[in-house]
Amino acid sequence: MYATTYHKASSLDDAVAKLGGAEDGKFLSGGQTLLATMKQRLAAPTDLVDLTKIPELKGITLDGDTVTVGAASTHYEVHSSDAVKSAIPALAALAGLIGDPAVRNMGTMGGSVANNDPAADYPAALVGLNATVHTNKRALSADDFFTGMFETALEEDEVIVKISFPAPEKAGYEKFRNPASRYAMCGVMAVKLKDGSVRVAVTGAGSDGVFRVPEMEQALAANWSPDAVASITVSPDDMIGDLHGSPEYRAHLVTVMAKRAVAAAG
Amino acid sequence: MGAEGFGARVLRKEDKRFITGRGRYTDDIELKDMTHGVFVRSPHAHAKVRSIDTSAAEKMPGVVGVLTGHDLAADKIGGLICGWMIHSRDGSPMKMGAHPALAADTVRYVGDAVAIVVAETRDQARDAAEAVEVDYEELPAVTDPAKATAAGAPQIHPEAEGNLIYDWTIGDEAATEGQFANAAHVTKIDLVNNRLVPNAMEPRAAIGSYDQAEEHFTLYNTTQNPHVARLVLSAFVGMAPEHKLRVVAPDVGGGFGSKIFIYPEETACLWASRKVGGRPVKWVADRTEAFLTDAHGRDHVTHAEVAFDADNRVLGLRVKTIANLGAYMSTFSSSVPTYLYATLLSGQYAIPQIFAEVQAVYTNTSPVDAYRGAGRPEATFVVERLMETAARELGVDPAELRRKNFVRAFPHQTPVIMAYDAGDYDASLDAALKAADYAGFPARRAEAESRGKKRGIGLSCYIEACGIAPSQAVGSLGAGVGLWESAEVRVNPVGTIEVLTGTHSHGQSHETTFAQIINERFGVPTDTVSIVHGDTDKVQFGMGTYGSRSAAVGLSAVFKALDKVEAKAKKLAAHLMEAAEGDIVLEDGSFKVAGTDRALAFHEVALAAYTAHNLPEGMEPGLKETSFYDPTNFTFPAGSYVCEVEIDPDTGVTEIVQFVAADDFGRIINPMIVEGQVHGGLAQGIGQALLEGCVYDHESGQLVTASFMDYCMPRADDLPSFNVMTTETVCPGNPLGVKGCGEAGAIGSPPALINALTDAIGRNDLAMPATPQRVWAALRSSSAAAA
Repeated sequence: MYATTYHKASSLDDAVAKLGGAEDGKFLSGGQTLLATMKQRLAAPTDLVDLTKIPELKGITLDGDTVTVGAASTHYEVHSSDAVKSAIPALAALAGLIGDPAVRNMGTMGGSVANNDPAADYPAALVGLNATVHTNKRALSADDFFTGMFETALEEDEVIVKISFPAPEKAGYEKFRNPASRYAMCGVMAVKLKDGSVRVAVTGAGSDGVFRVPEMEQALAANWSPDAVASITVSPDDMIGDLHGSPEYRAHLVTVMAKRAVAAAG
Repeated sequence: MGAEGFGARVLRKEDKRFITGRGRYTDDIELKDMTHGVFVRSPHAHAKVRSIDTSAAEKMPGVVGVLTGHDLAADKIGGLICGWMIHSRDGSPMKMGAHPALAADTVRYVGDAVAIVVAETRDQARDAAEAVEVDYEELPAVTDPAKATAAGAPQIHPEAEGNLIYDWTIGDEAATEGQFANAAHVTKIDLVNNRLVPNAMEPRAAIGSYDQAEEHFTLYNTTQNPHVARLVLSAFVGMAPEHKLRVVAPDVGGGFGSKIFIYPEETACLWASRKVGGRPVKWVADRTEAFLTDAHGRDHVTHAEVAFDADNRVLGLRVKTIANLGAYMSTFSSSVPTYLYATLLSGQYAIPQIFAEVQAVYTNTSPVDAYRGAGRPEATFVVERLMETAARELGVDPAELRRKNFVRAFPHQTPVIMAYDAGDYDASLDAALKAADYAGFPARRAEAESRGKKRGIGLSCYIEACGIAPSQAVGSLGAGVGLWESAEVRVNPVGTIEVLTGTHSHGQSHETTFAQIINERFGVPTDTVSIVHGDTDKVQFGMGTYGSRSAAVGLSAVFKALDKVEAKAKKLAAHLMEAAEGDIVLEDGSFKVAGTDRALAFHEVALAAYTAHNLPEGMEPGLKETSFYDPTNFTFPAGSYVCEVEIDPDTGVTEIVQFVAADDFGRIINPMIVEGQVHGGLAQGIGQALLEGCVYDHESGQLVTASFMDYCMPRADDLPSFNVMTTETVCPGNPLGVKGCGEAGAIGSPPALINALTDAIGRNDLAMPATPQRVWAALRSSSAAAA
């Protein structure tokens, strides 16, 4: 790791000011990707502005049918939150599948979402559950927020404050892990929202990051059952190919994991 | 069996410091005025070094020195060597290319070191290493061993034309051909034994320290054999004569073979310490360096055939293997695909004729050398994949085909040098089949089928050779060293005992098992015994630990030294008790006059030896004896493994539903430690078969699997709860009757697993590691072929 200067932000304004004052600063929210990258000298920010102690970014609440997760909530906090477990058990379960205990106690939902790793779990949760990302500047739908592999709609000095999720009628998440890294090689969130609409969001597989599968959503809207998606396939042309999974294999896994996610949702 | 003696499950004496984080590893050692070395490494698989500009780096903060391969050559520091001579079939010696510790003109793999930067801190050295400007002229690279000798392949070393190091054979070619000509059935198979990265938990590290006044070097090093390191660094590298070089191997966190070898970094740290005025230079590999530069394992491409008569008895075996030795010949690399491999191709079977050809080749990859099992896993994979495949082709039960061909009369001379001394292969196969409920498998398969799962069962009946020996024999086969072991037993005046051994423990629990043998012999508690190893200034010359040799060879040397101590102590006890020497017995920690109540405690006799007030005529004071033990033969651990798997056809994911290991290790000193060794070996063997694969990009020569993000090490949840057991035939070749247990799990398990998987998917070919993707693709292509 190259030398860097650590700052603890006390408020949103303080965070933005500290980043603005840095030569080449970065927000830090758990650091489970950024710090590892810095240790390998593949990233070298001059300054790190830690967001995780900002009061507005903490806490998880259930208000009516809406679960709101502070951006600095750790994966462990999401996993063990009574609000999440009661309203969106699939989201609590998903958080418990991220990384290992050390990662889950350091990594945060805001950090993960802002990084938009194509193999991360949360993008599928946000898109599948039709979440809203609230920043210090605006509110964005998950569909608009994720714009491509490691790309989001966030501006340089924009901070995610919280993410709100509508409690769904049913939801299920199934993940196929990369055997080595254990990141998602294909993770599918299948959701039936209370307005009757259906969302199927896939992470880990797409060469452009998280994506939805409209054919599956239509089929499930008509018939919510694993069989409804069993013969719906995605094109390998849009899939990631690497040592662990060819595009064909990943495309196949999308169907298998979708079936299992629907089954898990009940 | 006493509470702490032979066969007792004594808890490990070393665990207190390891479990409480108080182990003392090379990186824990801080010396006065110590500096830190970081290597500048080639980003290219093959390139000419046009120039190296160190001027900017030298001006960086904290930099003490920047040294290159040209500086090394100017100081006439010698290169590293491979210490086992192999001759090709035409009689010519192997073609060993030069291996300087720092490459001066040509780099041959990604990670090849070209300079060392020495600075006050590790980060300063890293920063400065990035400022060293190396002008490379990239050359084409070859990483695939099967393509290394092809016309037009890039030439890697001028000494080895066409990248061929040797073309070696063993066995009688004409007689083997004759057996095939008479065969009723021939089974053929093509195999790749996948390349592996050892990944010891503690990465390699070295501290070189030069004392200017004494002209004396000290090396602290993660090594499995400190004396051999000193020998090579003295005799070949020319760093210093042996009496001016001390090598210390403190606690070492795993080796699996990868820390046997003498690497460039040790040479560079010692030399750099001298160059910077005697300040110690510490280098600790980061995990990326470990992936790039630790000697890798396996990497064979093999075609093999086995011939049967009409009664399904094996008539002969012929094997052709290409072995990848990487960019440089590592310390023992040449022996691994020859005498540690082809000599085991007879397996547990009576095979009249065997002929094997091995071509060893250079490629632009990290050097390849011994890794847990070293040659024997590769041999077992060939033999046991062949037997399973043959059984399927012949339509007979794989267990029965093996049983029909077992060696049953001992000693048994194979056609490939080895003379098996003892074994009972039926016993281990029977035990494994019973424990696995082999007979009940068809019902379990049917039940799995009803759940949409594919279930398979596979066997592996392995044999290995441990305790490489005798010295004269290995010398005649090309070894540059003898493979005996030494021991010194020091009884202190108060009766406590220090045992100095030339073996080295880096996970093998010698501090416990060796002490158990002292307890067994002398009746003294194990906590009054300490085991000393790993320091050339403390311990007499020894050969280190590898090849499961420490008990069979190292403890046998201890045993001989104990004989001498006991003989002297009995003589003294007889004198003190005014009894005949022949009447003295050593029981429960006391010397007793047989048939009387006269006795002296062990510590009383020890004290008498040191006070020397009343010794027999001519007896020297003291109680300390040394012994050197040279084995009379290899030992031959063997066993039968049964693996049962269930495949999810939707994803290709394999679940190991049971793994049974029935091993014959001879007599067992500590069953708990043996079980631990078997568990670890099985984890690594299952890792090879299911998870681990080292991949180089064939075009660029870059290591694709250079981190744990892509190289899949086995985790606890990848593995089943193992069902391990032992059967026992006493090894007749050493005084303890032990055979060795460190490698068996890694040797026997890969074919058992692949045999089970191929049984489940109904085809004979499946590459290792059998990842979910590969299993899924194999299932898909099978169903496409059937459609």
